[in-house]
This record gives sequence, C-alpha cells and structure tokens, in this order.
Amino acid sequence: MPSHDVMPNMELYQPVQVEDALAIADRLAERGWLVGGGQDTYGWLKDRAKATDALIDLSAIESMRGIRDTGDGIEIGALSTLTEISENPLIKERYSVLSDAAAVVASPQIRNIGTIGGNVSQDVRCWYYRRGLSCYRAGGNLCYADTPQGMNREHSLFEASRCVAASASDTAPALVALDATMVIRSLEGDREVAASDYFVGPAIDIENVTVLRPGEILTAVKIPTTWANATFYFEKVADRNVWDFSLVNVAAAFKISDDTIEDSRIVCGAVQCTPRRVTDVENAIRGQAKNSATAESVGEMATDGARELAHNGFKVPLMQSLVKRAISA
Amino acid sequence: MSTHIGFDFIPPDVPGKVTGEIKYAEDYKKEGMVFARLLTSPMPSGRVASIDASDALRMDGVVGIFTADDLPPVPPPANPALASEYITYVGQPILAVAATTEEIAETAISKIKIEYERRAFCVDPLESLAPGGPNAYPEGNTLVRTREEGPEGTPIVGAEIRDIKWPQAAIDAFKAGKEPVGAEFTREWEFGDLEAGFADAATIIEEPFVTMGYPHHSLEARTGMAYWENGKCYFHGSSQSQSANDNGLARMLNIDPGDLVFINEATGGGFGSKIGPYPYMAITGNFARILNRPVQLRITREQEFYIGSARSGMQGWMKMGVKANGKVSAVDLIIVNDGGMTGGGSGNSSAQHVTVAYQPESMRFRHISVYTNTTPRGAQRGPGQNEMAAVLAPMADKAANAIGMDRVAFRKVNAINSDGFQGSSQGPVTSAFVKEALEQGQRMFGWDEKLAQPKRNGNKVRGIGVGIGYHGAGGRGYDGLLRIGTDGKLYIHSGVGNLGTYSYAGTCRAAAEALQVPWERCEILRGRTDNHLPHSSGQGGSNTIFTHTRTNWVAAHDAISKLKEIAANDLGGLADDYMIGDERVYLSSNPQQGMTYAQAAQRAIDLGGKFSGLEYPDDINPITQRAVQGLAGTGLIGVSKDKIPGQGQPPGILVGFCEIEMDTGTGKFQILDYAAVADCGTVVHPKNFDNAMRGGMVWGIGMAALERHVYDPQNGLPANTGLYQSKPPTNMDVPVETKMGAVNIPDPQNPTGGRGIGEPTQGAAAAALASAISDALDGHLFNTAPTTTDMIINHLAGKSYSSKSLKTNTF
Repeated sequence: MPSHDVMPNMELYQPVQVEDALAIADRLAERGWLVGGGQDTYGWLKDRAKATDALIDLSAIESMRGIRDTGDGIEIGALSTLTEISENPLIKERYSVLSDAAAVVASPQIRNIGTIGGNVSQDVRCWYYRRGLSCYRAGGNLCYADTPQGMNREHSLFEASRCVAASASDTAPALVALDATMVIRSLEGDREVAASDYFVGPAIDIENVTVLRPGEILTAVKIPTTWANATFYFEKVADRNVWDFSLVNVAAAFKISDDTIEDSRIVCGAVQCTPRRVTDVENAIRGQAKNSATAESVGEMATDGARELAHNGFKVPLMQSLVKRAISA
Repeated sequence: MSTHIGFDFIPPDVPGKVTGEIKYAEDYKKEGMVFARLLTSPMPSGRVASIDASDALRMDGVVGIFTADDLPPVPPPANPALASEYITYVGQPILAVAATTEEIAETAISKIKIEYERRAFCVDPLESLAPGGPNAYPEGNTLVRTREEGPEGTPIVGAEIRDIKWPQAAIDAFKAGKEPVGAEFTREWEFGDLEAGFADAATIIEEPFVTMGYPHHSLEARTGMAYWENGKCYFHGSSQSQSANDNGLARMLNIDPGDLVFINEATGGGFGSKIGPYPYMAITGNFARILNRPVQLRITREQEFYIGSARSGMQGWMKMGVKANGKVSAVDLIIVNDGGMTGGGSGNSSAQHVTVAYQPESMRFRHISVYTNTTPRGAQRGPGQNEMAAVLAPMADKAANAIGMDRVAFRKVNAINSDGFQGSSQGPVTSAFVKEALEQGQRMFGWDEKLAQPKRNGNKVRGIGVGIGYHGAGGRGYDGLLRIGTDGKLYIHSGVGNLGTYSYAGTCRAAAEALQVPWERCEILRGRTDNHLPHSSGQGGSNTIFTHTRTNWVAAHDAISKLKEIAANDLGGLADDYMIGDERVYLSSNPQQGMTYAQAAQRAIDLGGKFSGLEYPDDINPITQRAVQGLAGTGLIGVSKDKIPGQGQPPGILVGFCEIEMDTGTGKFQILDYAAVADCGTVVHPKNFDNAMRGGMVWGIGMAALERHVYDPQNGLPANTGLYQSKPPTNMDVPVETKMGAVNIPDPQNPTGGRGIGEPTQGAAAAALASAISDALDGHLFNTAPTTTDMIINHLAGKSYSSKSLKTNTF
C-alpha cells in the first residue's frame, strides 16, 4: 500500500483570466483538475487515492470573486470564501440561511480558504471511496458501504442506487432552499442551472456529484429575490462542534403572513447523495400555522421512504427533529 | 520553607517551542542523508509470498530497500519492525525504500510488486472466541504469558499464542450481560470471601460493558534519523524517555550501549506509545548502517495511526454487591481484552482501578486477552485504569441510586485512605486522601447546589456526574547525577525524557531546592546521551515526579555531604559541623568560616577521588557509571542511587465533577462545568500541574464521548485512520473555564512530598462525563465508551443501542 502524504508530480496552470482557464480546461479535458481553495483536492492527491496530470488553479481569477447586488437578487463569485460569505452584509441581511450555513462549515482555517464553488461541488465523504477503493463511484463494480456489515454511519437514507454516499455540503441545502442558480461557463458559452438540478444522484450519474462536465467551470452563484428576507432556519448537527461534516443538517425558508405559512423550502443535507428537499412536508404545512403543533404533525412524514443501513438509523429521528425545529422555531 | 518546590517557573525548552527554534527528530538533516518511506500491508492477515523490487531499484535516486530479512527474525507474538511470514493488520510495515528525495521514495514504492497469500482474520475478540471463529494468527488467538509482565510500556516477552474457544452458550451469555459459565480464562485472582460479600449486599448490580480502543495519534509522528560515525550510532528519535532507551535501542542495533548517542531534545506527544524503544527504530538505525549514509525514516500521519499504538479494548461483565451503608462488599469482574495484533490487554490494570476506587471487601477477577487483526495495542494514558473508570462510574451511580445514597457520598464511603490497598495483592500505598479530595471537589463544584437545580428546561436536560481516576504514580531505585562547576553553578544531569509534560524540569528543582541554589544559577543537561545522563525511569505510568524528585534529591545530598567533607578537610572540624546556605558551605558556629560552592568545586577537582567523580558508588547503574566517567574531573560531582527506604505504591488519584446540558432534540450536549481535585501529594510545579489537569480533561472527553477504532469486519479495513475520523476533541468541545485543585498533603515517602498525576486526569474526566450523561438520561447506562451522538439519539428515540451485544471496533 502506498504510504501517502507526498504530493505527486503534476503540471500546474495558474490562469488569471476566466477565458484562459476555460481554454486550458477545454484542452486538458479529463486530464485537468480544477482547484479553488483546494480543501477537497489536496487530500485526494496527497493520499494518492486519485491522481491528475494537471492542476488548474483558479484562485488568481479576480472576476470569479466578489458578492454584488444585481438589482434582481445577488450574485456570488464562485471563488468567494466561506468566511467572506458568512460575514457579507448583503447575505446576512437578506439571505441569512446561507451566511449561517457558511459560518459552520468545517473550521475557521478551512473557511478562510475554502470557496463556495468548492463547497457545493465537493465530492462525497464515504470513507471507503475516500480511501481509494475501487467502488462503483470510483469506476469499479461494488459498494463496500451498502452491506449488512458495512461501516455506514454517515451514509444516505434516501435515493440510494448502488451507491449510498451522502452529500457533505452545508451551503448546498441553503442554496437549494433559496432557489439559487449556478452559472456554468465553457467555451461554448454560459448556462444556468437551478441549484436543485446542479447536484446529481447515483441513479443518474454514479461517478460525478454535479452536472459539471470537463471544460466547464462554475463561475458564480445567483440568488433571486424570491426568498429575500424570508424567515430562515439553519441547523447543523455534527459529532464535534468544529471541523466535522454534518450528520444531518437543515436549511429552511418560510414566507409567513399572519402567522400562516404561505410557502416554504425545507432542505436537508447529509441524508442523500444530493440535498433533499422535503416537498411533501412543504405541501402539508402550506396554509398552516408556523408552530410546534404543525411541526409535530409532519415530523414522521419528513423521513417517509427512508431506508436505514446498519449504522445510520439515528439519522431518521435526527432528521425528523431538525425539520420540526425549523417549522416550530 | 520551600524555595523551589511548589513554585512556578518556565521550563527551559518553552521559549524554543514558542519560537520554533527547538528541534524535533524530523528537523535534523545530515549531509548525504537519504529519505526512507515504508510500504505497508493492504490486508489484515496473511504472508508475503514474494517481493519484486527490481523496477524500484532501477530508478534514479533509489539507493536501497530494507526488508524483514535484513533484521533478526521476530517470532510471533512479538511485534516485528517489518512483517513477512506474519502480516497481522492493515497498515503493517513490510519494507522500507530509501531514495535521495521523498518523492522518489514514494514513487518507488508504487513500483514494487508484492505477492501476498491471504489468511483468515478477525476484528472482534468474541467472534474469535466463539466455536469455529477466525484466529488472528494461524497458531491461535490468545496471548498467554509465560513470564511476568514487565513495566508498563515495555514489549511483551515471554508469551505464547494459544487457540482458545469458549462454548457458544458462554458467548451468548456474555453478550446477554450474564456470567459466561464454562469460559476459559488465562488469568484469575481473588481476595476476600466473595460469596459472603454478595450475601451481605443490600443491592447487586450486574452489567456488561464495552470500551473501545483507539489510536494515540501522537501529534509528532515518530520519524527518526540515524547515522554512524566511528563505530557509534547517532540516533535522532522521538521518545517519551531519554536514558531509558539506551539499552533496548542498543540491542536493536547490535551495539554496546556505550556506542549509542540517542538524541531527543523534544517529543511531540507519546501518551504511552513511545515509553521505550519501539520496533521501527531498528529499521532506521540498521538501514543507515547498511547504506552507510544517514537515513531519515519519515512516518506519515496515516502510518502513525497504524504503527503508533492504540489503547486495548475491553468487553466485560461486572457484578457488584453494595451493603446498605454504601460499602462495596463484593466485585466479580470478567474482562476480555482486545489486544490488537500484539495481544497485550490492560485488563489487570482495569481490575486494579476497581480496587483503588472502591476498596471492595472481596473481589474476583478473570481475564483473557485475545488477538485481533487490528493495530498493535500498548500502554495509553492510564491503560486499563482510565477506560475502566469511564464505564464504572455510571455503574457505581446505579448502585448508589439503588440504595438511595448520594453518588458523592457513595464514593466517600468507599474512598481509599493511607491505610488502604491497591491491586490483587492488596499492597499498601504510600499515602492517600481521596475523601479529602472528594470533599474539596464537592464544594468547589457546588455539587449540592447543582443537584438542587431543576433538571429540565424545554428540550434541554441537565446532568451532573462524578468520577475517580487513578494510576500508580512513582518508582524507586534510579540514579541522580549533578555537578557543581568551578563557576559555582549547579548543572543537573537528567536522564528524563521530554514528551511535553515538563516533568523533566520540575524534578530537577528538587536538586536546586536541596542545595539551595537559585534557579537562575541552575542548568539542566539532558536530551542526548553524550550529555552524560544518569539511568532514569521510562517516562510512563505517571511516575516521573515521584521517582525523579527522589533521584535529584539524593544526588544533591551526596553533593552536600561532599561539600561538608571538603570544607572540614580544608578548614578544620568535622563535616557535621558544617551547613549550607547562600551557595556556600560554612561552619554552623561561625558562618564566616567557609567557602563558596565555586571554591569547593575547584577543591573537588584538586582532591579527585569521589569528589570529582573519578570514583563513584558501586551500586549505580552502568549507564550512570558511563555518565560519571564522562564528567570526571570537571567539578564537584553528586551522584547516588535512590535508596530512600519505604514501600508501597505511591498512588495518583483524581476526582472529577462534570455538569452537562443535553439537547434532547439532537443528542448533543454541552459541558457547562468541570471541576477536579487531585490527590497527588505536594504539587511540585503548579503551572505544569494545571497543564496535566486540563490536557487530561480534554482527552477524557474524547474517551467518554468521541474516540474509537472502527474496523470493517468484511475486509479488516480501518475507518478512523486520520485525525479527522479518529475524532479527538477540539477546542470547541471542551469547557473554557474549569476549576482545578489539589489536596496538597505531602506524601511521606518523597522528600518533596510529590507523587505523579499525569494519567488519572483523563480517567477522572471520562468517568465524570459518563456519569453526567447517564444522569441526564435518568440513569440510563450505555455501558459503552465512547458514548457517541448517534447512540444518544437512538436512545432518546427509543431505538436501542444494545451494549449487551458487546459490539466493538465499530460505529
């Protein structure tokens, strides 16, 4: 077994313009690896669990930074750090579910370097996959975790399809709750994809967690005014109070009038390969009072369809608890 | 009136640690040095069938490989430096490759082709004990000692492997929390009348328990560098100890200890995994000799998980009888240890903890230690004692609640005092004041006030807990060595290692105290063998404060008697007519008549003989003899073996109190308050004592709530290799404000009054937290350490986490 912890030899490209980055990414295709803050990348490469011929370091591209009011919502450059997002006055004032989420990602050191683009595009954390084993997601033909004895504490309850890895991002559920769109650029031009369509489950693509294709770069995240200044709730439960990924998290937005829920978005992370919107619950609480009675009435519905693995059953009561707390807060 | 002992000072290595100037083993580079990296096993059990390194050896920059064939054979159950016939865990080193750069070495490793033969493996001791269960070794599954255990932290010698199976009915009973009738054990002891003890009990509790082992993950991975010059080996290593390494490391290198210079100025943690020389040091030193170049064997973080040792695990059963007045009348304890691939479990120490914590009137202990194909296990902070404390506290709470007694009062009824006993042989202790510690802690924490407060507040619920930590804390019979220079300064030679506890410095203060030399005029010589260091204990088992305040004291008193003799010789009268003070030796009746230490040192050189170290006592250790020889003629030498009379074990005991607030919606809890009081004699170095208390508390939180080995039983792969998944507590998981105190009653068998306390600080915290978690949940016993968030969530939701299944090495 390799002994890890030594960076392999690679080419390094450090473009300063997006157009150059796109050209390099297009030319290198699968041979190239886009890196922003590198907090996901370097672990793979140092451990030699994945390899690449070339790193395309985006961190010098100024046009991918910045958070601005577009008149129609806000646009966040994909290279914005999680710290910048957690502290940004626009986001805190209008879309605090996102700043709350960004503020509890990992640790301060990681937030200072890690980007929103990286955070939403990050690969899953299944420890078998991260170890470099040749499972389905890695191009092989088995899953180590989805077995009666698999060590699958942190894995999915829903939408498993040969792979049971769970989404690890804390900002992704917040962006889905805000109806955000992802701005993706390539040499062919721009396309915008709804946040909920940006993430991909194993039934559709077992080897990639997002719709990004070789040659494409996520350059920005747009948030419309739809949910600006709504009533928000974000909660993350993890083993330790810093550094750890969520066991389950919830990001929710409510439009309230006269104590009644006009509409809502309630999205849970770490229970599925992609952020999971509990639309059944959203439908059931529409028109109801925003209180604990309503919350209690839909608690169990939140986890309908859950398939427990050997070690992740605790996520069922935890997810119910978090959804209820979002509604009754 | 004490001048040094009990006062704060800054240990001399602290500035270097803050500025980064201090050097660890990995910081040393030598001209011509090559970098070696390990290739480790991808499988949990098997053997190496063939190695083809030809592609690797052909690479530019690769200078050689080093395999098990390059070392003397090491039959199981010993832990070899490199495996060949017996691969016994994922991550076990198989060979080393050396190259001119690390990158080349790493790439070379990927070009080595190894053919393996797989064998059956197991990651759960009970699975192996069951009829037909897999064995970690082809020869069997159980460690049977043919010789007495050595001191804690020393390699297992005199052991063999046997194949022991229990009847299925015994396995089933054990998993159901009952006594496994018909089970075979390899060790058993008993004292008192167990049957009568249970008959006298007003309440009997019977509980199963599991404590999972977990890695040390010492912050400094054990990289080492060695080179040979003029027949001597210079070895830059990472150890908890200093001169205690000399003999063992010299044996590994097949040289006389006099030809070894072991250099280790600072170590970034060991926690029991680096008490003495470990097998991989043999690779570094011998590879350097074969290549005739300096070799740095760099150990990565992941490898530190594999080879850096781990706590042994326990699957157990305990029955405890308690009389109406709260006295523990009987304990029946069974422990099946998970000894990893090394097989040595700490069960006997776990049993010893029970004797000290509760002074049972009768007790029986039955033990078996089973091999699993998991990482090697060894001493880890309070091995046996601390994890026992973590599961014992809630059980003791259950007994106290059953007889309607306050849980702190229950501990007081059973508290050890200076007439108390420890261990299976019920040996004496030097002194103990646990009742005083409990009373002091109870007040400091506000136990009674907190008990009176409401327990529930919305979805939050409070819990308060109490626990006891213990470890034997001192040794005897080592040597002290010091020199008074012609400059009048006191040079204290310490063979104590610097693992980050700073006890190397605190113990030297005993010499300064005895000789009445201001600390600014003292210098500590340590950190490399050629600094002429005396024979010292290994730094483990909380022993150093007791052991080496004594050695420094006796060396100082040897110097004092020589000062007096020199003065009497030169100035007339008898030695007893003289006294010391203000760095002078002078006539008690006429203080003007005397000489300075500096003058006495010059006279010592002139007189030679014993005064300047040309002669020395014949009962000092050969290591000390060599050290004295190196210093001879350079000043007034004080050297002595510690022969201070006395017997009994000096105990280090801590009582901890913990208050938590648990969110019943998420299973998460916050520690609102933690208070602890130590019974460790006189506190020698208060700031250092504080460090030990807080550091232990942090790790106790890890033991009770976070840290565990996780192995996939399908393939023997470990899930918790990195610091991330091993989950040591972070700064956000521990309370910022804590209350620490000490009973501070001097131990009569130490001239400074001190005993050690390093290990129990973790055990008391783990126990108090486990007790608080149980209290928050109305006395529910998880009987598992760690008790993690998912277990609590499941319990609150009515989904059972069944400790009675005795699952281990698992989520």
